[in-house]
Amino acid sequence: MLNFLQKFKENLTAKLNEVLSFGKKVDEELFEELEEALILADVGVDTTYKIIQSLKQKTKEEKIFEASKVRELLAQEIYEILQKDVEPFVLTSPMVILIVGVNGVGKTTTIGKLAHLYKKQGKSVMMVAADTFRAAAIDQLEVWAKRVNCPIIKHQEGSDPASVVFDGLQSAKARGIDVVICDTAGRLHNKKNLMEELRKIRKVIDREYSEARVETFLVLDATTGQNALQQAKIFKEVADITGIILTKLDGTAKGGIVIAIKEELNLPIRYIGIGEGMEDLQAFDAKSFVSAIFQ
Amino acid sequence: MMAFESLSERLQGVFKKLRGKGKLTEKDIKEAMREVKVALLEADVNFKVVKDFINSVTEKALGQEVMESLTPAQQVIKIVHEELIKLMGSVESRLNLGSKVPAVIMMVGLQGSGKTTACGKLANLLKKQGKNPLLVACDTVRPAAIKQLQVLGANINVPVFTMGDKVDTADIAKASIDYAKSHNVDVVIIDTAGRLHIDDELMEELVRIKEAVHPDEILLVADAMTGQDAVNVASSFNERLDITGVILTKLDGDTRGGAALSIKAVTQKPIKYVGIGEKLGDIEPFYPDRMASRILGMGDVLTLIEKA
Ligand SMILES: Nc1nc2c(ncn2[C@@H]2O[C@H](COP(=O)(O)OP(=O)(O)OP(=O)(O)O)[C@@H](O)[C@H]2O)c(=O)[nH]1
Ligand SMILES: Nc1nc2c(ncn2[C@@H]2O[C@H](COP(=O)(O)OP(=O)(O)OP(=O)(O)O)[C@@H](O)[C@H]2O)c(=O)[nH]1
Ligand SMILES: [Mg+2]
Ligand SMILES: [Mg+2]
Repeated sequence: MLNFLQKFKENLTAKLNEVLSFGKKVDEELFEELEEALILADVGVDTTYKIIQSLKQKTKEEKIFEASKVRELLAQEIYEILQKDVEPFVLTSPMVILIVGVNGVGKTTTIGKLAHLYKKQGKSVMMVAADTFRAAAIDQLEVWAKRVNCPIIKHQEGSDPASVVFDGLQSAKARGIDVVICDTAGRLHNKKNLMEELRKIRKVIDREYSEARVETFLVLDATTGQNALQQAKIFKEVADITGIILTKLDGTAKGGIVIAIKEELNLPIRYIGIGEGMEDLQAFDAKSFVSAIFQ
Repeated sequence: MMAFESLSERLQGVFKKLRGKGKLTEKDIKEAMREVKVALLEADVNFKVVKDFINSVTEKALGQEVMESLTPAQQVIKIVHEELIKLMGSVESRLNLGSKVPAVIMMVGLQGSGKTTACGKLANLLKKQGKNPLLVACDTVRPAAIKQLQVLGANINVPVFTMGDKVDTADIAKASIDYAKSHNVDVVIIDTAGRLHIDDELMEELVRIKEAVHPDEILLVADAMTGQDAVNVASSFNERLDITGVILTKLDGDTRGGAALSIKAVTQKPIKYVGIGEKLGDIEPFYPDRMASRILGMGDVLTLIEKA
C-alpha cells in the first residue's frame, strides 16, 4: 500500500495538459481529474465540488465537447470567484495597516517588504513592534526597519501590545507619517484571550486615529490547508479583516484555499510573498495566480 | 469545522437503509467510503494517500460480518480508525541519542514551522531528564534568529553556542562539538534556518552540516496545519537528509492535522513529538490513536464505539 510516490512525482502540468489537450473528450473521467488537480492545490472539497458542478453545467449548456475548451472555462470560473466585487487597493494617507495571523506565517517579514514597497512609492513609513511576546520578535522587526530605513516604535518584551500601538499612533501623527504598519504576535484563532487582545488593539487604532484609514491584513501561509478558512473566519470576526496576504508562494504549495476564502468570506487577496528578501512581494494578480494553480 | 463531528452522522445516514442486513455489501461499503474520503480530504490528508488508504480499507471492510454490538456505521468507523492508527505507527516518542558523546540532534524544516521553538522545547525536556544540553545557532539567515535562540536558552538556563552570522554553518556545527566536549555537554541541539525543500543550494547546506557532525537525530519540524504539499516537503527533506523523525507543531490549533498521515505515509519515519503551544513546556509525545480520532474529526470515536 501507499507506494504512490512514483506516481506522485509525475508532473501535474503534464498531466493536466494531457487531460485538457486537444481532441480529448469531455466526460466524467475528465471532471474527476480536474477535481483532483483542485484538491491537490488545497482548494478544498466544498469549493472544488461547486466549481466542478458549475463547469459541468456550462459545458452542457454551451455544448462543449472538447477538453481544451474546458481549461479556459475552469480558469475563467476561478478568476471570477477571485475578482468578484473586488475594489482595487488604494494606498491613502494617513493609513494604518494592522498585520495579523497565526504563528510563523510571515507577518514580520511581510511588514519589512511592505515598508520597502511603500517607501519606493514615496510614502513615509513607520513600523510599530506590537509583538511583545515572541522571543526576539522586536529585534527581528528592528533589523527590517534598519534595512528599509524607517522609524520603529517599540517597548520592552512582555509589555502591553495595545499601549505600544497607542504610542506608535501618537508618534506617527506628530511626525505626519503616511503609513503606519503594526506587527502583532502570531496567535492561533482558537485562543480566546489572544483574540481578545487583538480586538483591543483594533479598538485603540479606531479610537486614537479616526482620521486614518485602517487596513487589517490577514497573513496566510500558502502551505496551509483547510485550516486557513477557519483562520480567516475568526480573524474576520475579531479584527475586521480587509484583505489577505498569501506568503511562501515560492515553494511548491499552491495556496488554493484562498479561492475558498474568497468564495465564502469575500476577502480579497492583496499581496503575495515569494521569498524572504525585501523585494519578494507582489501585488496579487488573479490571472497569474490562476495559471499558477495548474502548473 | 464543517465536517468536524459529522462523519459519524453521515455514515449513519448511509447505513440507515440496511438495518438488519447480515453483511456489508460492496455497494454499501463504497458509499460509506465516499464519506470517509471527503472527511480525510477535509482534514488535509494528501489526495493520493487518501486514495490508497480507501482502497485498502475497502478491501478490509468487504464481506465482514456486521458485529451485533455495532451498527454498520460504527463498524466502518472502527475499521477506518484502526487502519489510520496502524499507518501512523506506534508510540515512539523517544530520542535515539546513540552512545557517542555528545549526542547530536539537528532540526530542519520549512520557514516558520517551529524549529527554533522546538530546539528550546527539546533542550528543556532533556534538561529535566538530567542531561546537559547545548543549543547551537546555525541559522545565520533569518533576522534575529540567533537572538531568538539566546532568549529561549536564557529562559531555561541552557547555554547557546554561536559564532555570529558570518561563519559557514557547517563550521559552526563542527566547532560546537569541540565546545561541547570541553564543557561537559552531552547533547548538542542544532537550530538551522528555514528553507524550501526545492531550494537546492540551501538543502545542500543541510547535507554539509550533517556530514560535519553526523547527527543521531535529524528531526523534520512540520506545521500541523500544512495542506496537500506536506508530502512534497516531507519526501524532499527525507530523500536529501534521511531524517530520523518528525516533530509536528501547532497542534494546539483546531486543525484536523491530516498532514501527520501524509508525512508518515511518504517518509515512513516516526512522528516523535507534537508541539502544543508557544511555551517551552508545550511539547508532548505523539499518540497515533489520538491523531487518528482527530483526523476523523471525532475526539469521541472510541467512547462512541464502546457505548454501542
Ligand atoms: N520562502 C519564503 N519564506 C518566507 C516568506 N515570508 C516569510 N518567510 C519566512 O518565514 C519565516 C517566518 O516569518 P516571520 O515573518 O517571522 O513570520 P511571523 O508571522 O512574523 O512569525 P511569528 O511572529 O513568530 O508568528 C521566516 O523564516 C521568513 O523569512 C515568503 O514569502 N517565502
Ligand atoms: N501555537 C503554537 N505556536 C508555535 C508552536 N511551535 C512554534 N510556535 C510559534 O510559531 C512561530 C514560529 O516558530 P519558530 O520556532 O520561530 O519557527 P522556525 O521554524 O524556527 O522559523 P524560521 O527560523 O523563521 O524558519 C513562533 O511564533 C512560535 O512561537 C506550537 O506548538 N504551537
Ligand atoms: Mg512576527
Ligand atoms: Mg528559527
